[in-house]
Amino acid sequence: MSGIVVACLLFSLGLYGVLTRREIVAVLASIEVMLGGATLLLVVLSSTYGTGAGTAAGANTAASGQAVALLLLAVVAAEAAVGLAVLVSLVRHGKTGVDDIQRVRG
Amino acid sequence: MGVLTANAYLAVLVPLLASAAVGVFGRRSMQLSCWGALAGSVSVLAVGVACVLEPAGRRSVSLGWLASSSGELTIGWHADGLAAIMLVVVGVVASAVVVFSLGYMRRDPDPGRYFALIALFTASMSALVLADSLVTLFVGWELVGACSYLLIGFWYDKPSAADAARKAFIVTRVGDAGFMLGLAVLWGATGTLAIPEVLGRVAALPASTATVAALLLFAGAAGKSAQFPLHVWLPDAMEGPTPVSALIHAATMVAAGVFLVARMWPLFAASPAALQVVLVIGCVTALGAATIAVTQTDIKKVLAYSTISQLGFMFAALGSGAWVAAVFHLVTHAAFKSLLFLASGSVIHGSGTQDLRDMGGLWRKMPLTAGTWMVGVLALAGIPPLAGFFSKDAVIGAVMQRSVPAGAALVAASLLTGLYAFRATQLAFFGRWRGDVQDVAESPAVMTAPLLALAVAAAASGAAAGPVSRLLGAEAEPLSIPIAVMSVVAALIGCLIGSGVWGRDAGVENALPRWLERWWMAARSGYGIDDLYRRVVVRPVIGVAAISYVLVERVIIDGIVEGIGRATRRLGHGAAELQNGDPQRYAAWIAVGAIAAVAVTVWLGR
Amino acid sequence: MTILLVLVAVPLAGAVVAWVGERMHEGSARWVALATTTVQGALTVMAMSTATVAGPAGSGGNGLVALDGLSGPLVSLTALLGIVCVLASWSTRRGPGAYFGLLLWLQAAVTAVFLAANILALYVAWEAVLIPMWFLIGVWGHEGRRHAAMKFFVYTFAGSALMLVGILVALRNGASASLGASAFAVASTAQPAVFWLLLAGLAVKIPVWPLHTWLPDAHVEAPTAGSIMLAGILLKMGGYGFIRVALPLAPEAATAAGPLLATLGVIGIVYGAVMALAQTDLKRLIAYSSVSHMGFVVLALAVGTPAALTAAVLVMVAHGVTSALLFLLAGALYDRTRTLEVARLGGLQRTIPAWGTAFLFGCLASLGLPGLAGFPGELLTFLEGFEAYGWWMVAVAVGVVLAGVYNLRAVRRVAHGPEVPAWKGLADLDWRERLAVGLLALPIVALGVWPSLVTSAASPVVAALVARMGR
Repeated sequence: MSGIVVACLLFSLGLYGVLTRREIVAVLASIEVMLGGATLLLVVLSSTYGTGAGTAAGANTAASGQAVALLLLAVVAAEAAVGLAVLVSLVRHGKTGVDDIQRVRG
Repeated sequence: MGVLTANAYLAVLVPLLASAAVGVFGRRSMQLSCWGALAGSVSVLAVGVACVLEPAGRRSVSLGWLASSSGELTIGWHADGLAAIMLVVVGVVASAVVVFSLGYMRRDPDPGRYFALIALFTASMSALVLADSLVTLFVGWELVGACSYLLIGFWYDKPSAADAARKAFIVTRVGDAGFMLGLAVLWGATGTLAIPEVLGRVAALPASTATVAALLLFAGAAGKSAQFPLHVWLPDAMEGPTPVSALIHAATMVAAGVFLVARMWPLFAASPAALQVVLVIGCVTALGAATIAVTQTDIKKVLAYSTISQLGFMFAALGSGAWVAAVFHLVTHAAFKSLLFLASGSVIHGSGTQDLRDMGGLWRKMPLTAGTWMVGVLALAGIPPLAGFFSKDAVIGAVMQRSVPAGAALVAASLLTGLYAFRATQLAFFGRWRGDVQDVAESPAVMTAPLLALAVAAAASGAAAGPVSRLLGAEAEPLSIPIAVMSVVAALIGCLIGSGVWGRDAGVENALPRWLERWWMAARSGYGIDDLYRRVVVRPVIGVAAISYVLVERVIIDGIVEGIGRATRRLGHGAAELQNGDPQRYAAWIAVGAIAAVAVTVWLGR
Repeated sequence: MTILLVLVAVPLAGAVVAWVGERMHEGSARWVALATTTVQGALTVMAMSTATVAGPAGSGGNGLVALDGLSGPLVSLTALLGIVCVLASWSTRRGPGAYFGLLLWLQAAVTAVFLAANILALYVAWEAVLIPMWFLIGVWGHEGRRHAAMKFFVYTFAGSALMLVGILVALRNGASASLGASAFAVASTAQPAVFWLLLAGLAVKIPVWPLHTWLPDAHVEAPTAGSIMLAGILLKMGGYGFIRVALPLAPEAATAAGPLLATLGVIGIVYGAVMALAQTDLKRLIAYSSVSHMGFVVLALAVGTPAALTAAVLVMVAHGVTSALLFLLAGALYDRTRTLEVARLGGLQRTIPAWGTAFLFGCLASLGLPGLAGFPGELLTFLEGFEAYGWWMVAVAVGVVLAGVYNLRAVRRVAHGPEVPAWKGLADLDWRERLAVGLLALPIVALGVWPSLVTSAASPVVAALVARMGR
């Protein structure tokens, strides 16, 4: 139970950061926090509530949540790489604020 | 002869082709165009004479023109006695006018257009009188109106002429709207517009339908024949060349209304109420226009109001049931009025003015014109033994029988006729010359020859009573002596007053007693009817159009359309605001959305 | 049969050739267009003579295209106006390749609308008309062209979108896609929905009052050829669609809607005439006169007897040539004066006599003078309308009088009166303009004298149609 609470807190904290911080680096970091919360939730839920948790047949199901969590870690890494690359190029132009990229819209 | 009567359509076709030929080839050649137009009018005359002489050879032909749900609309011709009479009138007057125009329009730079239009008019008029169906009649009816429009506005750069042309067309079209409704009523009631069939079924019509149809047709007739209250266009129409006035606005087209009523006689006869209206309108017009004619200073306007007044005589006769007398008066009137118009044209041509106050003593300088004018004036006044006497006597006699007050009004109008006729004669031909031009001379022979020809017609056409009645299939009414004496005495009194007063002092109108002067000025302006129409009809219509264009069209109807467009665009702009490029705003919306989605899911799954 | 497909293909091919040709050889596009439209004219004559024109709708068709007495007059009108349009835009400078290409595309699309024997083909062609027209107004138009093009497009597109829904509803309710003899009414319950949805698209096109306000804007802003095609052909698509699609699919609903439609038609006649009276711009005046004349078409459609439907076709063809003539002349005048402000014009009969005479002729035709094209159809509409709706026709008579007033007012203010010094030395109509005027004047006179040219073809078709509807 406490795992879920911690995960939700982490997610909310990250969301708060994403919505309020004006520096892109901080926003990116907050996104990482949100993703961490989500990953934690996946692991906790799969181990606690996965159908047949603790049984041989259910291991498969419980493991699927953890597998998704691992996949998520890879996505986080990729996201961080792309995000940081964009950030680096923005820094080269001397722009690090969220307001500076508003015109980059479709 | 037989060929002509069997192919009466030649009276339409030949002038039509002549018109086309003149319009295309006669661009600048006076002679060529004149001969072309003359060929047209002579062919009308020839067909007319043939039909008069050989009544047995009449032929009528009818072609399907347009199919409708209750039968076919037909066009075709039907050369009966009435048509024959009208063809002769049209042919004679048109021929005289064409020849006269050769002199009158000599210096005009555009003879091709003039003579082409005259020929086109002749063709249309023939189509009108030969019509065997109301559709054909209406076609001719509108086409003569269009020719009238084009000829009144012949000198189109003159604003007054252009205005007069437009007014003539529109005022008559008001009557024509009634005519069209009348066609629709007859169409609905009888299921045909072929004249013989319509007239054959008139007896079976309910009285109210007959009255409505007759009155609607009469609206068209009143417009064309310039009867009160649609008479306002005819005086203005004098802006056209004078020969045109003689042909269209004295002898032929304006008489088409009388012709229409005569043609549809059984319909009118079936409705005493409609006849009553015709009688009243005729008498009011005859008397009213005569009073106005007395006061006019323009020689052509005198004649114009005189024409309106004489047409009123004809309608009064129609309203009294004496349609034969009306047609007879139509014939004699065509002769003497076209004569008077052409004579006035000769006067205008010679003296360079049409203002009676600037004329005087012209008989010495233009003896032939003056002599023929005198014939015309005496015929107009109804002095025996000239033509007007016989026909007017027949008219007044018939009206007297029907209604004494109406007859009295016509006798009074006869008196006024004598008065204005001799006033104009005195002012133009007698007294001393008051104009500026000094070298006034008689018009050339090409103009006086038609005058002489028409003078003979005006003098002698009184003898046509018998043939006209026979052609119309009626007995000629014997001359009624008391009526004749009364009308002649009235006319003579008018003549004597006219020549006496204006003979003594041409400027008598400038020093009228106060009571008379007010009336005089009112009559001179046509009793302000023009002004009234301008204020009550013309300006309100234009005003309503302008206001409703702004208010209804732009603000309401288009406002709604443009409003919907603008609202959509504004909605789009509002939605676009959401997507302003701020990723944090996007994220916030995503968060809100996610929370909402969860909330909804939870709430639904409860 | 094949010739009908050729009738659509030829202008399309011409469009490509004109567009490509202009890139290879400057000034060639207009010659290509002229040649194409002339060939199209000849092919139309051929098609008209070989097709069973008088047969019932759809005869001889393979399901895609068909030519009968109803579409025949309108296809001929399209072919004629195609030539006139090319002559009228002879001196187009701006992008002539694209311009003439679009013009030919437009002609192909309109021809396809009238030839379509299949409801979906008709719809596709119907929409294909909009695109070239939108470009023609929006690119080659006058000052307010953007707005006018957008208004025209969105308005008519909104209408035709509803029409598409109507078509789909009809197809789901038992209508066959074929417009030929096998077309039959949809189920009674679905008829109102089908009819009103179809009418939404048709009424905007005709236009029925009060859905007409796109028309003056589009007519005024469009280039001359655009105005000619708009007034001459595009408005007729509405009336044609009504007879071809709406009536057979939903006859009961159409009958029920008769009085309402008739009222709108009569309002349109009078309202258009009154609006024309208030105009100060010549083109806008002519545009409102179109609203008035199309009111006659609406009235005739509302009456719905075979004779009235024939009258509607007659009025449409007559108005097609008459309004085309007037817009042609207005365009020719604008090319010379750069203004159509009536107050600034005057005395043009003296300055440019050929133009003045043609304009007078056009105005007389427009006011319904007997002997010219407008009269027979309007008379027949009037008579049929009187039988159906009686004294309401008094309002129509008022409209007829007003038609005289606004037309002659225009003549008086533009052509008559003293010469205006500013326009002295203006060039009169040249040979190609005279040719175009002649091409239009001929049918105006011919139809006025002998309306059977159209009615003998159209009336058997509409009679068969009405008989099938079981009215």
